Amino acid sequence: MNDLLNNLFWILIFPGFVFTVTCGLLAGWVVRKVTALVHHRIGPPLLQQGYDVMKLLGKETLIPEAAQKVVFIAAPLAGMSGALVLATLLWRNNFATNIPYLGDVIVALYLMAIPSLALILGSSASASPHAAIGASREIKLVISYELALVLALIIVIIKAVGNSKVTGSPLYLSSLAAVTPVFSISGMLAFLVAILCVQAKLGYVPFDAAEAETEIAGGILIEYSGALLAIWQLMQTILLIAFPLFLVTVFMGGFDAGTVSALLLSIGKYVLVLVLLILIKNTNPRMRIDQVMKFFWYYCGPVLGFAIVLAMLGNAYGLGWL
Amino acid sequence: MSWKLWSLKKSPWVFHVNTGACNNCDIEVVNCLTPKFDVERFGIKLVGTPRHADALLVTGVVTRQAAPRLIRAYQQTPKPCVVFAIGACACNLGIFRKGYHVVGPVDKILREVDPNAIIAYVPGCPPKPEAMISGVIKALGAI
Ligand code: SF4
Repeated sequence: MNDLLNNLFWILIFPGFVFTVTCGLLAGWVVRKVTALVHHRIGPPLLQQGYDVMKLLGKETLIPEAAQKVVFIAAPLAGMSGALVLATLLWRNNFATNIPYLGDVIVALYLMAIPSLALILGSSASASPHAAIGASREIKLVISYELALVLALIIVIIKAVGNSKVTGSPLYLSSLAAVTPVFSISGMLAFLVAILCVQAKLGYVPFDAAEAETEIAGGILIEYSGALLAIWQLMQTILLIAFPLFLVTVFMGGFDAGTVSALLLSIGKYVLVLVLLILIKNTNPRMRIDQVMKFFWYYCGPVLGFAIVLAMLGNAYGLGWL
Repeated sequence: MSWKLWSLKKSPWVFHVNTGACNNCDIEVVNCLTPKFDVERFGIKLVGTPRHADALLVTGVVTRQAAPRLIRAYQQTPKPCVVFAIGACACNLGIFRKGYHVVGPVDKILREVDPNAIIAYVPGCPPKPEAMISGVIKALGAI
């Protein structure tokens, strides 16, 4: 019983829903503000993201007549739950390192795919041709970046195997959080590709072909309105915390909140990743879906293959910087 | 005031419907989003579908072809929503008054389907971006 209450507290209050959503709304504001600064604009007020979600919750929710209603309503909930569990898992792994097993990188990989799958399901259920195009693009997007992301994670795992500091299985998130692969050539390459994968997972330019407001009018989300759209927004908000946090955990030595200086350093890491994402978002045009696929498979794939060889050589000869 | 209306005023998302404008009003609408006017300061955002919108910016006279589309776009917008008739044409037909293809100004068409539609008028040919921003703020203050 106590365990159950504890788990519920983790998922719903801290570090789950309440905490992550609060941070995520702030991060969402940072995204819009930095975007505005890049455009030489002033940008929205601090609480804008919160107003948006609040307004959407208060609006009428329209459900298209031809839609598959159960899936249409369940998809946002499923997506948000997936994002929530992912965020909780990552935070717990970083905060409570004394717990031996709390999900490994494979679990995180599966959880990270749930929001995209929910988007695909929801948009296919909405019976709109634009949403269908959006869904098919999202499927192709998933196929494109999953391969690159898995390859990048393999490099991290190889690095963890070669590191004497790692005590548990090298697949555990807590042991991956103990190493910092970015300080090596192969790890850096993997990090660069992984940040692009996260860009695609968040649906940011240049990989926003599935949403493409100017082209297919919001694509996957086109038929959603009111409270259901608010849930999608909350999911995006949580993901905006979870994905950069995943990169920080896996590549940059984890999010350590033990002392004040460590906490500031960790927040710095998170903000660094976030700002990188925003700058990529604001300096690139949207890519066509076939270009995205080519980019991830033909360009990122071989680079990562090369990096894997480097990482293994580094392990074999004890050269940490390779 | 209820929290619903309060938050609506804080983040009005707008959808742009062109029902037969000469394109000049449209250019001025887009102008509002540029760094000079930056309506994102007020939380105003241009969205791609009426389902996400809280306000419809209608420009131009309503032509015979556009009337049923305007009505459908209005019905697809979740309520509460505000309709802005932007420009002399949308408000009262302007220079296209005697056109063979014109069915009427925006308010007449919308009132036929929804007598309680909230409609705000921003006259001008085309209205200045400043006029549009002040129109939006005034209309939001009035509801
Ligand atoms: S009001 Fe003037 S500028 Fe606007 S659509 Fe009509 S004629 Fe064009």
